[in-house]
Amino acid sequence: MTELFIRLMRKPQGFVGIVLLALIAAACLFGPALAPYAPEKIDFLGRFRAPGWQNWLGADQFGRDILSRLMVGARSTVPLAFIATFVGSAAGATIGVGSAYLGGRTDEAIMRTIDAVMAIPGLLMALLLVSTLGNGAGNAVIAIAVAFAPGMARVTRSAALNVRNQDYVKAAIARGEGAPWIIFREMLPNVMAPIVIESTIRVSFAVMLFATLSFLGVGAQPPASEWGLMVADARQHMHQAPWGLIAPSAAIALTAIAFNLVGDGLRDALNPKDER
Amino acid sequence: MSLAWFARRLMLMVYTVIVVSMLVFAITQILPADAAQSLLGENATPEVLAALRTRLGLGDPAWLQYGRWARHVFTGDFGISMRTSLPVGPEMLAALSRSLLLAVSAILVTLAIAVPLGVVAALRQGRLTDTGVSLIAYLGVSLPEFVTATLLALLLADTWHWLPATGYVSPLEDFGDGIRHLALPVLTVSLILVAHVMRMMRSETLDVLKSDYIRAARLKGLPERTVVFRHALRNALLPVVTIIALDVGYLLGGIIVIEEIFAIPGIGRALMVAITTRDLPSIQAGALIMAATYAVTNTLADMAYAFLDPRIRYD
Repeated sequence: MTELFIRLMRKPQGFVGIVLLALIAAACLFGPALAPYAPEKIDFLGRFRAPGWQNWLGADQFGRDILSRLMVGARSTVPLAFIATFVGSAAGATIGVGSAYLGGRTDEAIMRTIDAVMAIPGLLMALLLVSTLGNGAGNAVIAIAVAFAPGMARVTRSAALNVRNQDYVKAAIARGEGAPWIIFREMLPNVMAPIVIESTIRVSFAVMLFATLSFLGVGAQPPASEWGLMVADARQHMHQAPWGLIAPSAAIALTAIAFNLVGDGLRDALNPKDER
Repeated sequence: MSLAWFARRLMLMVYTVIVVSMLVFAITQILPADAAQSLLGENATPEVLAALRTRLGLGDPAWLQYGRWARHVFTGDFGISMRTSLPVGPEMLAALSRSLLLAVSAILVTLAIAVPLGVVAALRQGRLTDTGVSLIAYLGVSLPEFVTATLLALLLADTWHWLPATGYVSPLEDFGDGIRHLALPVLTVSLILVAHVMRMMRSETLDVLKSDYIRAARLKGLPERTVVFRHALRNALLPVVTIIALDVGYLLGGIIVIEEIFAIPGIGRALMVAITTRDLPSIQAGALIMAATYAVTNTLADMAYAFLDPRIRYD
């Protein structure tokens, strides 16, 4: 584990990714305590104030401090994306390993169905689910998790197929272990690497998808300072205050980049032979 | 490309459309405890609710409801819009044609930009050009469509006044103006696709350049240009067909947001309007048509791939 971390930090992309992640984690943990202003504090004299010493990143149409809103908003964006990815990955991984374990025609049927489900684009699936379940951050998380599960199932299954033919799995079957034991105790631990890599990269998709749902008005609801919502808000005033648009956009992009970098770094660190 | 493989691939496509139609129907009509209530909202009178329940046949078992809907859809009848009281099908197909114009233009622009960049990055592996190209690729996959769209609109339409910010003009009516209205959305979609295709192109070219036949070509004393363009590129381009087909999925998802932002009356926007106004037949038709488009594109791409590379035998 420590060795992996060192290998991850040695590459520039891994290093930058980890530093960015640490900053994001700090914002999620201590954001509200560190923010210079309360995120909802309205200051009518400071409407559309340009970035400067009073508001480092400027102020929005109510004179609310954008930096403070970003720092507090990290909490309503990143952890939710994380939970959605975790739930989606766990469900997908279980289906994928299960399908590889069952093998044969059952595996074929499951995978063809998964392929079919994936013909619905992620955003469309999320939108359909949210429109049925009702708008809101919680339902958006469920929708993203469901949208992610098929893709994770496909990735996990291709890794699990190799494991399925290993001697320890055959031994477990010969011992007469039950399916849950073989799936969760024998096979799943041995396909964790690709799952972790794929999930890390997927967190960045989840951040973007969540922000997109909020942007479209079906995810987080105002006055939450969720980043996608902040972009939607700032769009109406982009003539007067372009900084209101740029700051949350940059926050979303940096978060997505951070998870992408760490995911790619993990892939390199776990497969040292692959020089790409 | 044997006939059996061809038939199997078509069967898979049909299966996909059936699974998707079941899912769409289940999510929109079966999953809600009372679809009528959620369609009409809290303030609906009991009589109106009862009328809608009968109209949708909500009292029937799920499979019967689905069967009735699927039978109508099969004959091209997607029902009547609850918002406009017009047939949904023709409206959605007209919207789809506008979206396809956007999508095809975006793919062409993407190929024109991404393929050369990817090859250049591979040829200059590890150098500054390569790092620059990788950085752009990272940025491309890390910006959601609504952010790229908004930033591009801010820059090209709002600040520099080069392009119109929103709206749609059919290129059939006024070609120049149509293209100008299409430019911003196409550019936005392309930025994301370019990142994918470029990464793919780079790693494929690297792989091919390492192969034996390229070494043989070089040892034969062929000029580098011939090696790259005549020998390497042909094989490196093949997987781009697949990645483009997979990206159609992203494209269709992205189109929802982009059409909404740039006010293009395509299928994505029609779907968003249907969702916000809770127009059930339109939601079902829009979602099904989008997913079916994806299924058809993917099948065509698979066939194109098998046709272009006769070594591939899927069994």
